Amino acid sequence: MLDAKPAAKPVKTLVEVRGLKMYFPIHTGLLRAHTGDVKAVDDVSFDILEGETLGLVGESGCGKSTCGRALIRLYDITSGSVKIDGTEIGHADQTRLRKMRPTMQMVFQDPQASLNPRMTVADIISEPLSEHTTLSKTDKLKRIYELMDAVGLNRRFANRYPHEFSGGQRQRIGIARALALNPKFIVCDEPIAALDVSIQAQVVNLLEQLQDEFGLTYLFISHDLSMVRHIADRIAVMYLGKMVELGPRDPVYDSPLHPYTEALLSAVPEPDPSLEKTRERIILKGDVPSPANPPKGCNFCTRCPKVMDICRQIEPEFREAEPGRFVACHLYDQNNKTTAGATGGTEADNEHFQQGETK
Amino acid sequence: MPDGAQPVLDVRDLKTVFRTRGGEVHAVNSVSFDLKPGELLGVVGESGSGKSVTMMSLIRLLPSPPADVRQGQVMFDGTDLLHCSEQVLRDIRGGKIGFIFQDPMTSLNPVFTVGFQIMEPLRRHLGMSKEKARVRAVELLDLVGIPDAKRRLKDYPHQFSGGMRQRVMIAIALACDPKVLIADEPTTALDVTIQAQILELVKDLRQKLGMAIVWITHDLGVVAGIADRVMVMYGGQVVEQAPVKELFRNPQHPYTRALLKTVPGVIGERPEKLNVIEGQPPILYAQPEDCSFRDRCPQAMARCATANPRRYDVGNGHDVACFWDPATGGERNA
Repeated sequence: MLDAKPAAKPVKTLVEVRGLKMYFPIHTGLLRAHTGDVKAVDDVSFDILEGETLGLVGESGCGKSTCGRALIRLYDITSGSVKIDGTEIGHADQTRLRKMRPTMQMVFQDPQASLNPRMTVADIISEPLSEHTTLSKTDKLKRIYELMDAVGLNRRFANRYPHEFSGGQRQRIGIARALALNPKFIVCDEPIAALDVSIQAQVVNLLEQLQDEFGLTYLFISHDLSMVRHIADRIAVMYLGKMVELGPRDPVYDSPLHPYTEALLSAVPEPDPSLEKTRERIILKGDVPSPANPPKGCNFCTRCPKVMDICRQIEPEFREAEPGRFVACHLYDQNNKTTAGATGGTEADNEHFQQGETK
Repeated sequence: MPDGAQPVLDVRDLKTVFRTRGGEVHAVNSVSFDLKPGELLGVVGESGSGKSVTMMSLIRLLPSPPADVRQGQVMFDGTDLLHCSEQVLRDIRGGKIGFIFQDPMTSLNPVFTVGFQIMEPLRRHLGMSKEKARVRAVELLDLVGIPDAKRRLKDYPHQFSGGMRQRVMIAIALACDPKVLIADEPTTALDVTIQAQILELVKDLRQKLGMAIVWITHDLGVVAGIADRVMVMYGGQVVEQAPVKELFRNPQHPYTRALLKTVPGVIGERPEKLNVIEGQPPILYAQPEDCSFRDRCPQAMARCATANPRRYDVGNGHDVACFWDPATGGERNA
């Protein structure tokens, strides 16, 4: 597995995201005037290294799916830069994007909705091949069979329709389709959320096995913290459109830096009754605020158990608190310097400028 | 919970069948269990294991056709719920037996205010006047932790967030002070932090109100946190039943054992590879004559193909429907 990866080998950055913003405009009134934005992803920067799995976690509505979709340009992003394998695609046009598509693929959450019910398995898997390659009919069929073998589907089922398969098998079809063009990078958007526990493990193991086999890089989006802990090498935590913490798996799970990560982890029920009895649980008050109208200062300040005055005034910067561990929280302001005295200023700056990230 | 207490709910040999175009599907096969006063019974199983259908059958909430509750006896408060009149049942549903469903958006009526929906059972079951019901509704919303309860009575479900809606559902279920509360995956649609809030609320309410709860879930973590006793279902049958600590410490059925291994936690050892239960859960087109877990079972024996194991008592209030004995590694005697 990835843990066994030789440390000496220099690791290449495959995906480089800087200041990614994805705003969805709100139009109101008779003239549909632009009155505000839902800031689904608000100034997010991170890297994904080649061959690793970055787990992206957060509650529903925190922007994790939007982030995943935006960075392979399923949306026209508001601003920011996304480099995949050295190519800038942040504001690339459709023709150039189309050329890039084979490198980046996606596995969707709901295998029922993401497979065309009128196409057979063979059709579904061969569609990307017909779009992007010039394989002959026989070569295509050979490739389809290869892919079906790779994801553990029986070749005999190539001419069946999606409804004839169970949820887990359908997800395998979706994975086979994503693999068809030998991608380097796959965004897995909640690929196991719609599946049963016993089937979840099958799909997760398959994804891991395929990663080893084909040297894939994953962005694994999920709200299931225990599964993410299993599959991911590094963890990114999002809250209300911002990334609040990013770091290697074990340190993040063992000693989370951000109070939100801490609360999120403590909320996960542990399948062990004696442990459950003794566990200190941090219960967050209230709900996530609306991303159209985030609170002033730190986005988490309305629910944070460790909130300080500064949190309601100044938005914390996303910076490296420990080697390889990034966090956006005032608790980790190194010298606790209260630099930006004028509080209004930082807010306004964020609106208009891209912050130079410390990363 | 004293052991000798009379159960509030006693289900015997319940069988439910769905008539479909592909033939009959045996969703619930001879399910028996009881619920003691004040107890929280966790029901775990994958989708299609029959856990929801069992609970819906016993209060006759399934539309017939296609569902057909073919046999069984459900004793509640001296009444057999399967054989009483619709009128009697209506008095019990929402009154002495409360329900919380998985998705709070679809189970609340979008065109009525939340206040109306909480007052409805109060007026229907307890015959309260409008004013009295309103006062009680405010109390209930307070009880489940909805701030500014009085004003929020006038709000519609869409004005509440998911967690708040589920609190409203709990308030409705609790309105008439039920003896039994059936909660069908009440936190599955919620985020973990909100789930933690709801679980905390339920623990708290149990102490205050002391009703018995059936909590259906597929999340073993949730069960570990709140249940007193756990019932594991597979293929429409109860395969194992035990007090919560006993079940987690000493799982007997290969399915339970596998299930416990497939769920990773967020603390402690991280396994290199996830354990997998190979294969798919069965669709039962016939009454099972053999063990329905047999195809996926690592311990399957010749005997498993010939008979459907009955539930063996293994002591400590623990029973299991399996021929394999983990203590000896061989066949179970007697």
